[in-house]
Amino acid sequence: MPHFAIIAVSILFDGLAYAMFLFITSVGLSVTMGLMGFVNLAHGAFAMAGGYVVVSLTRNLGIGFVPALVIASVTVGAVSVLFERGLYRRLYKATDLEQVLLTIGLAFMAIATATYFYGPIPKSVPLPEWLQGDINLGFRTFPSYRAFLVVLGAVLISVLWYAFEKTNIGAKIRAAVDNRRMAESVGINVDLLFTLTFAVGSGLAALGGGLAIQLFGLSPSFAVLYLVLFLIVVAVGGLGSLKGTLLAALVVGIVDTGGKYMLAEAGGFFIYAITIVVLLIKPAGFYGRE
Amino acid sequence: MKMMNYVGAAALALAMGGVAQAENVKIGVVLPFSGANADLGHQMDKAIDLYVKLHAKDIAPHTVELVKRDEGPPTGAQAKTVATELITNDKVSMLLGFSFSPSSIALAPVVTQAKVPMIISNAGTAWITNLSPYIVRLSFSMWHTAYPMGSYAFDKIGCKTAALAYTDFPPGKDSTEAFKTGFEKAGGKVVDSIPLGSPVQVPDFTPFFQKIKDQKPDCMYVFIPSGAHATGVMKSYGELGMRKAGVKLIGPMDLIPDNKLQDMGDAAIGTIVMSHYAVDLENAENKSFNAEWHKAYGKDSYPDFMSAQAWDSIHAIFDAIKKLDGKVADGAKVVDAMKGWKANGPRGSVMIDADTRDIVQDEHAMEVIRKPDGKLGVKIVGTTKQVKDECKVQKIGRCGS
Repeated sequence: MPHFAIIAVSILFDGLAYAMFLFITSVGLSVTMGLMGFVNLAHGAFAMAGGYVVVSLTRNLGIGFVPALVIASVTVGAVSVLFERGLYRRLYKATDLEQVLLTIGLAFMAIATATYFYGPIPKSVPLPEWLQGDINLGFRTFPSYRAFLVVLGAVLISVLWYAFEKTNIGAKIRAAVDNRRMAESVGINVDLLFTLTFAVGSGLAALGGGLAIQLFGLSPSFAVLYLVLFLIVVAVGGLGSLKGTLLAALVVGIVDTGGKYMLAEAGGFFIYAITIVVLLIKPAGFYGRE
Repeated sequence: MKMMNYVGAAALALAMGGVAQAENVKIGVVLPFSGANADLGHQMDKAIDLYVKLHAKDIAPHTVELVKRDEGPPTGAQAKTVATELITNDKVSMLLGFSFSPSSIALAPVVTQAKVPMIISNAGTAWITNLSPYIVRLSFSMWHTAYPMGSYAFDKIGCKTAALAYTDFPPGKDSTEAFKTGFEKAGGKVVDSIPLGSPVQVPDFTPFFQKIKDQKPDCMYVFIPSGAHATGVMKSYGELGMRKAGVKLIGPMDLIPDNKLQDMGDAAIGTIVMSHYAVDLENAENKSFNAEWHKAYGKDSYPDFMSAQAWDSIHAIFDAIKKLDGKVADGAKVVDAMKGWKANGPRGSVMIDADTRDIVQDEHAMEVIRKPDGKLGVKIVGTTKQVKDECKVQKIGRCGS
């Protein structure tokens, strides 16, 4: 295989793995913003919480990495309902500023809490044997963990796509994103729907947080450090759109990886350049409603 | 009430026939307590607290009062604000800490104007000490580790070619420049030099390292700020199977901070760094330092090179207070008292060079190994005695001004 083709495949693969992490973590944020117009800056805190649950389960209780991911996702999803019912609900009709203040405050409290219990030193998780090695495709080896990310991402996308496009609940969510008042007037319980999507979105964020430990390491500041990335994916994709979030995650993930590989000097810049270009042409993002 | 206590203590000292007036020396401590690099602050803060606890009696009847502030992110802006407040509002007699070079660089004009000594316990960009006569550095210059690493890598590790990767801020450029100078002088060839983005967040290192792996250099020299980045570097390096592909990982000690080493796993084994400290360093001071540390913070908590630097920093301050009998109001006198300061610390024998106000210390090449007890540790494979900051010796670039 010619040299440039090998490089292209390798960028696509690494970019895809990165994109899957971005998608899994951001999709919940996109749906909550699309559905309720609620700005949830504490989304990263749910991801961080998921990461720490995985750390505790694997390191203190000796549970395997994959079961720990599932448990963390379900636990954080369930706990997030308490936040939604107890705190978020009160501010649905409030201004953006009030929502931002509440959620960023929650994020900082989450950071302080995590620092108190786990300390500021970055944590890592023990991975099972089969996720540690690499896969040799002859012309190149790929880390197994990244292949796992790609496969897991593909599975989740299929499930979400099916739930969103083919099920009754999915149709209701799409209806509520499109026109909330009309959806309510035909008898859809948007409140309940929102609680459900919020829980699923936070659960997915927790899963993303657990997956991110191996990519970046996990420290309490995870809650806000990578929030910018998630917000970029949501803005570029368009609020409330599954398709948009996926496309945005792919574009951001692959362009960022390619930029870093080909032109490291400007590496960090590409992600912002792409955001600016997309938002100039389509201010509401790829699939947002203008 | 507090004031009354001091007055009371002073009166008591006088009544007991003490000739010395008991002074309370206020020290402003500026370290990162939040953000991605919060653990660096904690590593130094713990060492400072421990020293003060164990050695408060050494400076009696004088006392010290630590006023701690958050240094913030590695951009300098917040550090400058809080340190200026410490000088103007809290009236501290000296400043201690500074994890990041941008903080020290931003603050240099302020301490010059205020005539307040800045005792640096980490920030390592070589030319910082030239920015103000009130700066004394107890930590290191990037050239302490990176310059000798250049020739060591070529001669002893067998790196004929090397790729450089660095976090894109002053110490990163400084460290790679120093390595490159030493490495090329020895006969090595640098094949690529890759900036790794800003120090504020840990990037996905994979695309950068993949590019280096594709160029097949003998060695990869990496500089990153010694926090969450170090763990990220080791993960990507391990994941990409670079050691198997023949690319050795080398760098300064920031790659394998002692408090994160155990978490790094097998990927770290074989990494060779140039460093002035490791918990495994054999000397009497280090043994008691580690023992006291574990006693105070538990058996799973480890000091690291930053802790050792902070320990020596507060030690030098205590010695200056003793030497000046607590009269530290004149910043210039405090700096003079520290010039030529010599001591044995956890790093072994250290000294403040009177001409440059920078540290002189031993540097060791260390290789990461799996120790007999199953834990990761380092083996000293080479030592250079009493290394000075080569950047200022050779007057390279801004080090000459």
